[in-house]
Amino acid sequence: MARVAKVTRNFYRDSVALMQLSARLVAVQGVRQASAVMASPSNLALLREAGLLGDEVAASPNDLLIAVDGTDAAVEAALAEAERALNQAPPAAGGGAAAREIAPRSLEMALEAAPAANLALISTPGDYAAAEAMKALRLGLHVMMFSDNVPGTEEIALKRYAAAHDLLVMGPDCGTAIVGGVPLGFANVVRPGPIGLVAASGTGLQQVTCLIDRLGGGISQAIGTGGHDLSREVGGTTMLQGLAALAADAATRVIVLISKPPAPEVAARVLDRARAAGKPVVVNFIGADPATIAAHGLIPARTLEDAAALAVAAASGTPSEPVGTAPPDPPRPAPGQRYVRALYSGGTFCYEATLLLAEALADVHSNTPVGGARALPDPWRSRGHTLVDLGDDVFTRGRPHPMIDPRLRLERLAQEARDPATAAILLDIVLGYGAHADPAGVIAPAIEAAIAEAAQAGRRLAVVGFVCGTAADPQNLMRQEERLRAAGVLLAPSNAQAARLAARIAATAES
Amino acid sequence: MRLFTEKLQVLNVGLGAFADAIEAAGGAATRIDWTPPAGGDRSLGLALARLVNDARVEAANRTAFAAYLAAQPVAQGIAPAREAVPGMDRRIILHAGPPIDWAEMCGPMQGAIIGAILFEGWASDPEGARRLAAQDAIAFAPCHHHGAVGPMAGVISPSMPVWIVRDAATGRECFSNLNEGLGKVLRFGANGAEVITRLRWMAGTLRPVLEATLQEAGGIELKPLMAQALHMGDEVHNRNAAATSLLLRRLLPPMLASRAGRGEIAEAVGFIAGNDHFFLNLSMAASKTMLDAARDVPASSMVTAMARNGVTFGIQLSATGNRWFTAPSPIVDGLFFPGYSTADAAPDLGDSAITETAGLGGFAMAAAPAIVNFVGGTPDDAIANTAAMGHITLGRNGGFTLPAMQFAGTPAGIDARKVVDTGLLPIINTGIAHREAGIGQIGAGITRAPLDCFTQAVAALAAALPDG
Repeated sequence: MARVAKVTRNFYRDSVALMQLSARLVAVQGVRQASAVMASPSNLALLREAGLLGDEVAASPNDLLIAVDGTDAAVEAALAEAERALNQAPPAAGGGAAAREIAPRSLEMALEAAPAANLALISTPGDYAAAEAMKALRLGLHVMMFSDNVPGTEEIALKRYAAAHDLLVMGPDCGTAIVGGVPLGFANVVRPGPIGLVAASGTGLQQVTCLIDRLGGGISQAIGTGGHDLSREVGGTTMLQGLAALAADAATRVIVLISKPPAPEVAARVLDRARAAGKPVVVNFIGADPATIAAHGLIPARTLEDAAALAVAAASGTPSEPVGTAPPDPPRPAPGQRYVRALYSGGTFCYEATLLLAEALADVHSNTPVGGARALPDPWRSRGHTLVDLGDDVFTRGRPHPMIDPRLRLERLAQEARDPATAAILLDIVLGYGAHADPAGVIAPAIEAAIAEAAQAGRRLAVVGFVCGTAADPQNLMRQEERLRAAGVLLAPSNAQAARLAARIAATAES
Repeated sequence: MRLFTEKLQVLNVGLGAFADAIEAAGGAATRIDWTPPAGGDRSLGLALARLVNDARVEAANRTAFAAYLAAQPVAQGIAPAREAVPGMDRRIILHAGPPIDWAEMCGPMQGAIIGAILFEGWASDPEGARRLAAQDAIAFAPCHHHGAVGPMAGVISPSMPVWIVRDAATGRECFSNLNEGLGKVLRFGANGAEVITRLRWMAGTLRPVLEATLQEAGGIELKPLMAQALHMGDEVHNRNAAATSLLLRRLLPPMLASRAGRGEIAEAVGFIAGNDHFFLNLSMAASKTMLDAARDVPASSMVTAMARNGVTFGIQLSATGNRWFTAPSPIVDGLFFPGYSTADAAPDLGDSAITETAGLGGFAMAAAPAIVNFVGGTPDDAIANTAAMGHITLGRNGGFTLPAMQFAGTPAGIDARKVVDTGLLPIINTGIAHREAGIGQIGAGITRAPLDCFTQAVAALAAALPDG
């Protein structure tokens, strides 16, 4: 037991406030008696009579005296309670002028307003993004960095700090994620379920989550890593952390990993850890050799669509089934129509389609070449089979991304349609938060005009496309598909099927 | 990972549409009204980020802030500066703000120095005084370098009487000159015969009366008096009407009981009663006493002084001792006496921003709604200003409470990091001097400390702390 008198010099409170404080202190468990008074001679005498004050205390009437009698722990708790009560900030709400709080100006200030916040979503210009991310981490927040153009050294520093503090840094250049059912950045509204993803590609993540949704499956978490995470320098920090987190997550039964082929030593480390996850892991390192993945006891997927189908199958324990089918009988091109012209807004879609086309056809070009494709000398002019990623820096410098602003793609569409060598135009339409409010509505009239113009010239222009989205997206998958179908688009359910259909059309022309 | 089991709550920095989407999908998002911190200086922004929630800085700030709270300033006595203030037993004149050469000084400061030279008898006319000042025959130093503070020009010469304010907690002493009242006064650069005559009377009559009074009283505790004044409509920087009355009430009984003569007492009481700002200099010395207690804590980002010399605005940081971080002194936004305008105003001047540094003045504006009249504001604005300062400070001073804000303590202990991160600049209530010497006060208003001072301070702190 203890009896303590604490004096705070020159600390005036009126008697009502002190009575309220005394009542708070008496309510502390284990306190027998407590009183807070201004240390006037009469108050000191009262405390002595009450047995709360023993020896003389050095205190003047300007001083606040807190006397507590109780167990040692209770006295300590009561004094801490008094400290809190006496130094508290004004109540945030309460009407009138005091309620006119300014909007938070910094992460730290926002955290005062929302102390339970657990993630910072950063989309500032790249120059400032690393600083904001570092502040967020230092305040104990996970981070998603939508911002791009963040120097590699800063990404590494952030991810090192985060990993050491059990925090996640998604990005930089992370376009999308789904955490706890909440879509972040450019994300689709998908059903909840047992499949967790870690993806180094934003549109790759969108395609797989949407196709899982289309197959009736659902998503637990979808972690984006940003496009540089699996480089040798960064070492896959975020993917390894995400993988470990999903492995430990009871709600996740199947894990999907998506990336362009990582640096070999990073790939080896990721696959080793995936093998140890104790859950089925589907891996799509787009275009990589499936044998290595299979050799690790993991499930290789050739395409994003395969990844979705294999994950749903693994989660449900049934054999995998395809995600619908593309139209079986495309129109045969007229003589002279030979080439596929693909106008992509999603970089990973372009990448995957380039690989698929280059397998089936010769003379394939791209502004972002991969596999057997060759570089386009002039990205603004197609040659042979051409796939352009319109989200590439060449096209977005000084203008919005084609997922937001369709004008650039509409111009290129008209240009390709006029080319008598064009047999098929291949397009992606991306839905979800952040994307254009009605992408099909904008592009459909341009497609109708292109097909009509080609027909007048005696050509049969095939327009092949697919919509990456879900029924629950703000734009609604069905309505968007309906509008495109009405415009004459040959709709495939996935990028892979759309690319293969376009390749088939070109192949019939060449044969 | 806990993130998967907790409810996701997002702080959104950047594109507002992302916060909209999160909310539309049923999630929780807090929007941040973000602009590039540190005025857009990318590398300083990164340095600042590494100081956020730094364990060393946080611990140092707790130490510094606790020392600030623990200080107990007591008006202990009055004495000539040469006897009380260390280093003043020579031809030296102290001035407000950071260091500045004679040739660079603003008009009011030069005028005040000429007056001080005449008062000391070092020259017989203003021209002689000016020559002396320009010849380096007299040393100039900031008040702050001698434990002192002075309003406006802040000029203190060896024969002038100073308040001695002692911290009962540490024994440290701080000083301020005595307030001369309004009109033609030295602190606004006036140096005519009436000014010098008044200074002589203050040294020859007022000082002995107050000295005898304080001897009789045995010292006056200043914090309770200031706390009470805050409950009576003062913020003890630009409004001291209540505090001066409380002080006079406190002085009268010992004054009458002292050995001072009735005639002198009558003159002294008449002088104090006729000057609403008489308490200001004590408020400043008390503020400096509290802040000096927080000085020299390595790694602390707490601001220990803000002061202006009419040309530059300077701040000091606990971690970096006496080093000044300066920027051009801002022009004050305010109300002008008839016939004057912004064009006549000297840039912000005086050590009196020490009160804001201590959580008073503009930081306690909620206590003094009448002050916002100077900028055409409302009492609600006064409360909003105090609330905003709560976002750039380390804590609350429970010793100074604000009735209009549910008796919360004043926000105190400016954290330079938070100023740079939020861009919220410390608000200062202040008088406005005419830019020419001797014309005096031409208005009063509200100004802000310049961001540049704080960005430099943060850079220096970052440089002093290796990554950790």
